[in-house]
Amino acid sequence: MSETAAFRLRVNGTERVVEGAWIGESLLYVLRERLGLPGAKNACEQGECGSCSVLLDGTLVCACLVLGASAAEREVVTVEGLPNGSGELTDVQQAFLDEGAVQCGFCTPGLIVTVHDLLERNAAPSDLELREAISGNLCRCTGYGRILAAAQAVVAERSGSGRSQRETPS
Amino acid sequence: MTVTTDRQERLRERLGSSAKRPDGIPKVQGSFAFSSDLQADGMVWGHILRSPHPHARIRSIDIGPALAVPGVHAVLTSDDVPGDKTYGLEHADQPVFAHDVVMHIGEAVAAVAADHPDTARRAARAIVVDYEELEPLVDAEAAITAEPIHPDGNVFAELVIRHGDPSAVGEVVVEGTYEVGMQDQAFMGPESGLAVPDGEGGVDLHMSTQWLHVDRDQVANCLGLSHDKVRMTLAGVGGAFGAREDVSMQVHLCLLALHTGRPVKMVFTREESFLGHVHRHPARMHYRHHASRDGKLVKIEARIVLDGGAYASTSRPVLVNAACFAAGPYDVPNALIEGWAVRTNNPSCGAMRGFGAVQVCFAHEAQMDKLATALGIDPVELRLRNAMKTGDRLITGQLIAGTAPVKELIETCSAAPLPAEDPDPDPMALPGGAGRTADRSRVRRGVGFALGFKNLMYSAGFDDYSTARVRLENGVATVTCAAAEVGQGFVTLVQQIVREVLEVDEVVLAPAETASIGSAGSTSASRQTWMSGGAVERAALAVRARLDSGEHEPLEETYEHHHPPTSPLDADGQGDAHVSYIFAAHRAVVDVDLDLGLVRVVEIATSQDVGRVLNPVQVVGQIEGGIAQGVGLAVMEEIVLDRGVVRNASFTDYLIPTALDMPEIAIAALIEQPEPGAPFGAKGVGETPTISSSAAVAAAVRAATGLELPRIPIRPQDISLAASPV
Repeated sequence: MSETAAFRLRVNGTERVVEGAWIGESLLYVLRERLGLPGAKNACEQGECGSCSVLLDGTLVCACLVLGASAAEREVVTVEGLPNGSGELTDVQQAFLDEGAVQCGFCTPGLIVTVHDLLERNAAPSDLELREAISGNLCRCTGYGRILAAAQAVVAERSGSGRSQRETPS
Repeated sequence: MTVTTDRQERLRERLGSSAKRPDGIPKVQGSFAFSSDLQADGMVWGHILRSPHPHARIRSIDIGPALAVPGVHAVLTSDDVPGDKTYGLEHADQPVFAHDVVMHIGEAVAAVAADHPDTARRAARAIVVDYEELEPLVDAEAAITAEPIHPDGNVFAELVIRHGDPSAVGEVVVEGTYEVGMQDQAFMGPESGLAVPDGEGGVDLHMSTQWLHVDRDQVANCLGLSHDKVRMTLAGVGGAFGAREDVSMQVHLCLLALHTGRPVKMVFTREESFLGHVHRHPARMHYRHHASRDGKLVKIEARIVLDGGAYASTSRPVLVNAACFAAGPYDVPNALIEGWAVRTNNPSCGAMRGFGAVQVCFAHEAQMDKLATALGIDPVELRLRNAMKTGDRLITGQLIAGTAPVKELIETCSAAPLPAEDPDPDPMALPGGAGRTADRSRVRRGVGFALGFKNLMYSAGFDDYSTARVRLENGVATVTCAAAEVGQGFVTLVQQIVREVLEVDEVVLAPAETASIGSAGSTSASRQTWMSGGAVERAALAVRARLDSGEHEPLEETYEHHHPPTSPLDADGQGDAHVSYIFAAHRAVVDVDLDLGLVRVVEIATSQDVGRVLNPVQVVGQIEGGIAQGVGLAVMEEIVLDRGVVRNASFTDYLIPTALDMPEIAIAALIEQPEPGAPFGAKGVGETPTISSSAAVAAAVRAATGLELPRIPIRPQDISLAASPV
């Protein structure tokens, strides 16, 4: 690897230094293979599946489509760094567990980042807005039913209106 | 929260509860180790060079330029395979590396290990392969009689089922020719693994797969090692759906690790994943249904041709399934089914959710609708008049001894309320989404109904078994079982079973691996709940019996659980080949834009035969996820082939349903009739949601358009360019 780069970026609130990276490496590769953060997943490497969704300076991106070196001096938040208050899990993560939204789990981190991002921007999405917002995240196991239920449960919880309209068997 | 409350909560997570997945927390946190997340000190990266041609002779391979790339540790070809040069689940005809002839696009030709994944890719591109292109054989029908393209011939399997009176003739006869395209399993986690040499000639392979022990055996045979020198451990599996039943990179990884003396990791790109695993068999099916005037089936004739692609994989058992279930879940007194699974230069086909039952379901349900029209009988009523029930016989002559609640499925599913038509829908809810539908007055709604069924577990004489060990020590139960958790939630079920039997709250799952326990069989054929669930139950019951007789911990019991023996089909396709069956009904509601040919699936209502619900959330998850794959096959998903070349090996071009494509799923009924002989009375629920959902969607699109639509996936042009859409 002759063409290499060294750069700094902030990941999940911590300053990280990358050295000796091939300049062609994606942010996804840098996160996964150089910084020990495997939460963003590699499922298509062309921005179609959303498994590698992270926040770059607060904007939802596919980390596979961002050159690692172009994230220099920028702020990255991955699933590992989502604000979870004092608890072990964020409310979105907890809802994914409670509603049965996790099967193989490969799409899960990307979807959790996406749902967090959506609910920051739109606290009360309609069913179609919710579907549209997560339509860039492919899931092959669930058919999305329990994922939508989880997102709606968070909406209901945050607005203080109790259970979601989409019923999950208990 | 107190410890006592925790314990009570866990003890409540017994059978019948929506117990939580034990791997759920790491999965939502992003810390669950999938096979692509593995790391080891000194690790290098593998990459496979693949054939760009569907059929070619290899004149020469020059690996010199690749070896000269700085950072390259090894470049291997067929000459470097020390043991068997080929592998395969049923018939070892798939080369580790193509030697003199490549039989399909994407076939492995060489493999590289290098210090960086991009170095490995660049080095692979530097290998010079001189190909002489050969004419590809791509027509499955022609392959039956064509000049053999392989020393083992072009016919993987052929069979005939003769049932009842071959001369029987109905008063009303309908016929049709139907086709199903090549579907991909398209799991999200690409093929990946890590092979670590042990320094003593053996290797540890951490891999996402569906069947550790059979992988292990194939890998060891190719490496020329005794089976105990290859130890496989299940790494986190990002979905499977049949595509991980065959060996993909396993041998290549181990060869590279043994040659370099280093841990080797490999992760397929999405393109490689499309090229590097088997697909659902494309099918061409000609059917003739005979019925009496009052709507009783008299005879079904079918001719089924499956395109198995280049190598055998599971083509033979897929054909057996397609033939056995070709008539649908109906009481059919006479049948003549002829089937072939053939070799072509198309990509290899093998296991995918539904395993042969999906293709014939599309055909037999289209025929039932055609028959209903010819008879002037409501399609749901026609199905009711012919519904299979306990005590009937399959067209293979086998008595249906277990539960067969087909009538209940039809009645509950067809009675589900229909969704209201929105007079002013959000543009996003129109076919094709916002900005696509040109004229709302040209959108038509249609409703379609379909039934499907298949076998549970392995059939036709296969000695199907699973092994589990339960150890109870200090009040903690540890379960060892090599069953592959691929997302379905077997790990949850294990905890529920052991809590139920032993009344302990802490149940730990040991790693799934070949070194510590015998085979669990494959995570396929909707079999793990019955086979491995049963093995865990019986091992736990044995521990329980010793406890009850006054013995003290630690206590350990291992149980090997076989299902009742089955028989192969005889020369007339008759025999007791199966153990149990699972049935489902789907009703689809669609909106179709007649001008653009775009389809929006609005709702799918379903009733499913489940035996007994062991975990309601997981059952719903299987149903919703299975329906998504059925919807995909009906209107979106097809591997597009152009003379053997795959034209859409990416998620940009091979479209699977997104959250916007998915309809509302209305579960009309889960029919709980405990299956005699099944552990807990439960039937596996993995496959039936996929089987008849495609057929129901196709029927609904026919109802909306008035078109015959004899092929799935239904493409926009099949509607918009049809001669006379309504």
